[in-house]
Formats: sequence, C-alpha cells, structure tokens
Amino acid sequence: MNMLVTPTSPATPNGTTRPQVRIVIVGHVDHGKSTLVGRLLHETGSLPDGKLEMLKAVSARRGMPFEWSFLLDALQTERDQGITIDTTQIRFRTNSRDIVLIDAPGHAEFLRNMITGASQADGAVLIIDALEGVRDQTRRHGYLLHLLGVKQVAVVVNKMDRVDFSDLRFKEISDEISAHLNGLGVTPTAIIPISARDGDGVAERTDRIGWYKGPTVVEALDRLEPARPLEALALRLPVQAIYKFDDRRIVAGRIESGSLIAGDEIVIMPAGKIAKIKTVESWPVTPVATRQGAGRSVGITLDRELFIERGDIIAHANTAPRETRRLRARIFWLHDKPLAKGDQILVRSGPKESRATVVAIEKAVDPGELESRENKAIGRNHVGEIDISLSNPIAADPYTENPRTGRLVIEVSGRIAGGGLVLSVDAGQRAVPVDIVPVESALRADERSARYRHNGAVVWLTGLPASGKSTLAKALERRLFTNGGSPILLDGDTLRAGLNNDLGFSAADRSENIRRLAEVATHLARNGHIAIVAAVSPAREDRATARRIADTAFREIHVATPAEICEERDPKGHYKKARAGALASFTGIGNDYERPEAAELVIDTSARTVTDAADEIEQMLKTTGVLFDEVVDLAANI
Amino acid sequence: MDHLDQLEAQSIYIFREAFARLKKIALLWSLGKDSNVMIWLARKAFFGRLPFPALHVDTGKKFPEMYRFRDHYGKEWELDLRVEPCPPIDAVDPTLPPAARSAARKTEGLKMALAKYGFDGLIAGIRRDEEATRAKERVFSPRGLEGNWDVRDQPPEFWDHFNASPPQGAHLRIHPILHWTEADIWAYTKRENIPIIPLYLAKDGKRYRSLGDQDITNPVASTATNIDEILAELEQTKVPERAGRALDHETEDAFERLRVAGYL
Repeated sequence: MNMLVTPTSPATPNGTTRPQVRIVIVGHVDHGKSTLVGRLLHETGSLPDGKLEMLKAVSARRGMPFEWSFLLDALQTERDQGITIDTTQIRFRTNSRDIVLIDAPGHAEFLRNMITGASQADGAVLIIDALEGVRDQTRRHGYLLHLLGVKQVAVVVNKMDRVDFSDLRFKEISDEISAHLNGLGVTPTAIIPISARDGDGVAERTDRIGWYKGPTVVEALDRLEPARPLEALALRLPVQAIYKFDDRRIVAGRIESGSLIAGDEIVIMPAGKIAKIKTVESWPVTPVATRQGAGRSVGITLDRELFIERGDIIAHANTAPRETRRLRARIFWLHDKPLAKGDQILVRSGPKESRATVVAIEKAVDPGELESRENKAIGRNHVGEIDISLSNPIAADPYTENPRTGRLVIEVSGRIAGGGLVLSVDAGQRAVPVDIVPVESALRADERSARYRHNGAVVWLTGLPASGKSTLAKALERRLFTNGGSPILLDGDTLRAGLNNDLGFSAADRSENIRRLAEVATHLARNGHIAIVAAVSPAREDRATARRIADTAFREIHVATPAEICEERDPKGHYKKARAGALASFTGIGNDYERPEAAELVIDTSARTVTDAADEIEQMLKTTGVLFDEVVDLAANI
Repeated sequence: MDHLDQLEAQSIYIFREAFARLKKIALLWSLGKDSNVMIWLARKAFFGRLPFPALHVDTGKKFPEMYRFRDHYGKEWELDLRVEPCPPIDAVDPTLPPAARSAARKTEGLKMALAKYGFDGLIAGIRRDEEATRAKERVFSPRGLEGNWDVRDQPPEFWDHFNASPPQGAHLRIHPILHWTEADIWAYTKRENIPIIPLYLAKDGKRYRSLGDQDITNPVASTATNIDEILAELEQTKVPERAGRALDHETEDAFERLRVAGYL
C-alpha cells in the first residue's frame, strides 16, 4: 500500500508544491464507480470516524446488503434509487501527489453532470463491468473525455469476480475498449482487472488476478500527470472587467496562458489597439514587480486611455490571437431541443459573449453508436461539428494552439446548453490586426478647440422614423457652422448607401450598422469635430454600445415625437409602405423602438419650432461642456 | 504558483464573474473562518474594497466574541454591513428535528433579507469538503423562487463557465471557496494574517472547529492554541469538521432537507 491518507486535504502551511491531480471516474451506470471510490477510501483509511458504521446502519435500515456507494450518493433520492445523480468530489493523497477524485454519474439522463465533473479533470478512470462489457455509455464517456481534452485515461474492468477472474474475458474487453479509445486518439495509460467490492486490484494485486502484471488502481492514479503548465504558451488575458474604484483604471482578468510584467507591449484584441502595461496592481501591496504567470487573477493599468471592454483579450503584439467572425467547433449538446442549422445562439468564449448563428452542421453523431450520422441537427447528448457566424468579431485560438482560449460554451435562454472546442478560426479577408499601428493625429485637441471654440463630440439623435431627426440635425449643423464650429452630419440612411451597404436589417446587422456609425463619429469627435448622428437606432443595447465607444464625448438626444404624428408626416412614404406590408422590419409600426431612459435631452418636435429645438440643443451642449461658454472666453481674453 | 495561490486566483475569478454578471449581489458574512477568508479574497479581487453589501443574517444566538468581531471588523474593513434578523422559532417547519428547526430560522431570515433588498446573487462561503451535499454544489447555484435548491436539475457548469441568469424573482448562490478545504482555510488565514475569532483556539482542552449558534454548536477536544497547531491537528484527526454541529446528525437526511429548502 502506498497511500497516506488524511480525511481533509493536505495542509500546505509552507506553500509546498505537491502536485494536485484531479481525476474523474466515469462509466456506464451500475458498472461500479461509486463502489470503487468507496473501496479506495476505505482501503486507504481515509474515511472519517463513524462513517462506516453510519453506512452499515443506513443499509440495515433499508434491509439491503452493505453498499459502498451510499458513501458518495449523499442525496436521499440517490440512495432511494440506487443511482448517482450529481457529481461529487472527495480528496486523498498518495506518496507523490494530492488527488481530488471526482465521481460522475453514468446515467445518460445526467450526462450534463458527468461533463460538469469531467471538465475539471486532469485524468480519468473509465470503468467497465466485466460481465456486461463495453456499453453505449462507456463509448459515449470515452468520446466525451476526448472532447473535453482529458488525454490520460486508465481503464478499470470491474466485477471480475462475476466472470471467475477469467483472463480471456479481460482480454476481450481490453481489446474492444483499446480499439475504441485509439480510434479517438486516446491511448489508455493502463487497463486493470479488479473487483471493487472485494478489493482485488484496487490497492493490492491478489492471487485471484495472479495472471495480471500491470499496476493496481492506486498505482495507476499515482502515475497520472498533473495538467500541463500553460505558462509556456502565448499570453492570453481575457478581460473580466474594468474597475474605476479610485483614480486607477484597472483592467482585471485571469491570465489563461503565458505571462506578463509591467513594461510589456500588449495588443487588445479583437480591436488591435496597442498599449504598454504601466503597472500590475494588487492588494494589500501594490504595484507588483514580479512576472505574473498563467492561472493568476491580476489587475493591470495601461499607459494610455483606450476603449476596452469585458471579453477583450490582451496578448503580446507578436503572438496575438486571430480576430474572426467565423468559427468551426466540435461540440456536445445537452439541451432537450436539438441544435439546428439556422439557430440563433449565444456563444461564450471566456468572458466574451457573442450572439451567433449556426450556419452549418456537419457530422452530428451519437457518440454511443458512432455510425449514425445526420447533418440537420444535433440531438441531446450527441456531438457534432458546427460552423458558427458571430455578430461581432471576437479573438479566438484553435484549441490545438491554446486549450484555454480554444474552448467555448453555448447558452440557450440563460442556461449552458452545450460546449466544445474551437477547431479552426477563419480570419477571412480581414486585415491582420497585429500589423495595424494606429497613427496619432499631428494636431493636439486644444489646438483644434481653440479654433472651433468647442470640444469634439458625438451628438446622437435617436427616434422613430419621421420624428424629425434629420431636420433637427441639419438645423444644428447650420447653426454650429455659422458660429465658426466644425459640425459634420452622419445620417444613418446616407451611410447605409455607402460604408454600410453590406448590411441588412437583421438585429445583428442593425447592431453592426450602429457600431460603425459610432466608430466613425467617435473618430471625428476625437479630431475635434462635432459629429451629428441621425439614426433611428431602435435598440437600447446598440445605443449603449455607441455610448461606450464614444465614451465621454457622447450626447444622446431623444427626438420623442408621438408615433401617430410621425406616421402622419411620413415624408419618405415608409409608413404607408409598411402598413401595406411591403417593408419588412420597419421600426415604428411594430413596437420595437426602445425609448432611451437617460438621454441628455428629450425633444418633441410636434410641440416646438425647429429654431426653439436647436436653441435647446445648443444650450445642452454648453452646459455639458461641448460648446465653450462666452463668459469663459471673455475671461480667457482678459 | 503554489497551492494557495491557485486557490486564491480561482476564487478571485469567481468573485469578478459574479460582480460582472449579476445586478445586485451581497456577501453572506457568518463571521466564521470561511467567510472571513472570503471577505479577504473579495478585497483582493476588488483592490481593497468590497463593492457590495456584507449581509449578516443574525439569529441573535451567536457567541459574544462573534458580535464583538463583527462590530470591530465591519468598521475596520469599511463594509457596507447589513444585519438582518431571523423570525422566531414557531414560524419554522415543526416537522424538523429540534436543532435543524432552530437552524432553519436562518433560512427564513435569509428569505426575508432577499425579499427586502431584491438581491439576485448571494455569495456564500460553503466548501465541498465540509459535508456531502455541499460536495455536489455548483459554483453558481440557481435557487428557486422560494430559495429552494433543486438538486435534480442543476445546470451544467464546466471550464469555469457559469450560468448567471436567475429566473425572474429567483436568485443565485455563488460559492467562491467551494474548492477550498478546512486546512486550506487555515493555511491561508495564517499566510495572509487574517484576523480570527479566538473561539477557534483551544482553551481548557477544547476548541470550536465550526462556529454556529451557541445552543447548537459544541467544541471538540483539542490542544491547538495557534494556527500551526490547528494544521497539525487536522493532519491527524478523523473527526469530521461539523461533528460539533448538532443539526447535521439528528436524522439521516436532516441536513439535506435543510439545504434543499435553501439553507447554506
């Protein structure tokens, strides 16, 4: 016996570095997982006082023979039905390492729980009943281990007592499971004959399996390796949040791979913006001067103010991930409703959340019987390869290059419904962002504002079609220009005729339309102009995006003319067409306009003249610091 | 990165996810060793502050040392501390055994606090190694409208992707130290020099391993008068951590019933 066990996990008071290995036990229902775990804990003396007696009493009360699995099947329902419903974890230690054993249910209905357990594992024990042999669920679990990236699998052939410890039966099963796993690219680290109930092959090689020369289960566990260090890979720091609790603007996240230190030149993907790490912040002591590696949750500040948001990935400039709107992924599906071609889904890749469409389904199979194939939908508990089109670009790696950022999950109605690995990232025809180095203007902001007598701004007019946005925008443009300013009109329709003529009117395309308008307007504002945007922009979320992009330069004006007046005006005849059914996805007739909740200004054009309204906008621009107040100017001249 | 660094980084990750993805969260502060470590970790995650309230659901039956600790560190750590009372014992399910019934007051107090503030997330300091039903918990664990836990329908959770959309009116329990052990808590408390309530240290041959209400918590035999001795004791002992908690042992499923109903 080579196991030293304590009921709690080993203390590491001096920060010792015993490797911790997480091992999941999987297999077909009733093949003996919980029994093996119970046996392992018992043989190694790791049960707390009184537990064995309690289990015996529980069994007796139910009039059943003693059952090891009661140890882990803690839930009343589990004991009543004799099955493991949910995954659980238990710890012990061997001579060389600490082990976290993850017990995962085998019942097909609870596959999501098996995956929940197995996704956290460095290695696996796959258990097979010697009498029943390899079953669908055995194959399914083998496949899922492979899909989850668990490469080290020890196979245990249990209940050898039921087949009279026959070495022939053992060989039969060994050959079958080896063939299956090898087909998936997984080589079993060991195949071990045991009787979990009696203890043969668990911690000791007994005479009954005298013909077997390989390791015991305990020895096999001792040979599994801890997870591969991720520090050697390229830096990936997905942004979880930006904190402004004090004068610092801290970008927070966990380093998934690679390492960083203050002074590093980094690129923020997918936008491709370049900056330097100014400091690595921490608490209670800050800043941190030492290099920070994979696994650390860190906070960094940058040497310049850039627009960064949750889900962006920070990388080193020469090893950045690719930016894409198209992915191919191998996924498993857990939801009741099959995943079908054309489905709208939510994809999560680290903290990044993207709306997406399934554009193709290939190779949908039931991993229990790998022959059956179809390509219209992926059923519950099945696996498949899919092509995904994302509504916004993301930064991603194929899992072969980075196991951490090469993973994704799919959410349906707020609940994780599937997940898988990124097989390839199609960068398409887009420029390689790492080669893009933004060029700063030759002019300073104060040079421009001295000439125009205003700061750069994005004045965003939103409202129903025919509410008067363009009329107001033009009046404002004329007024600012007369006063020596530099206004520029960006009309939604005008830009759709050129820059945005590749976009339609789906929700995703509308979002992209607004994003581009906001980017152009923000560029103008940064260069001292007042960009006046007139666009229906019905979605609150899209306007929030625009506000994030333009940041402090953003001024929102809700042109809140009543709907019936807008329809009465109808200068472009759109309402008439929409009523006749000839204009699909026209905002105004439906109820899809989301009113702003906190616009800087609300104007009802049915209640005032254009001149009055322009006055009001001018006043707002003065009070919010865009237009310079005359008094301040006078003071400056004295 | 050593073992404690890894635990710390993972907890910080969970804290930041909860703060980013939920609208209105609070941390349940029971004043014990686990929730003190939890507050410390939150301050690491948010660079010295707790950007949401600390909620103490108070049965009124804690030890005086615990109240003193709360009042002192609530101020020193600049917590937005909300102390919420529990309903009297007759308001609680009479079919529960006595100690469990007493503890269930806390579940009710918790529900009242939830209704009062409308939190959509509650951060709780439970650990998998404490107790068998907790071992089956998710990091982001959805609770029903009544605060109940549906163990038969827990959402899948893998690769640190958590389900963070509670149904309307319901809430999530977030468990940032689920992966820690009792020994980890002590080793980290020592390393970071986190203050503790003296009841955890042995006096007259006894100490508390787990602190609850005065009337249903008992000390265990121990000679450990400092954290190093506690760690040495944990290496040897076969007594489970919650042995001193009466409510765990009254009937086979007393604790499970409590947890399904919304208890921590």
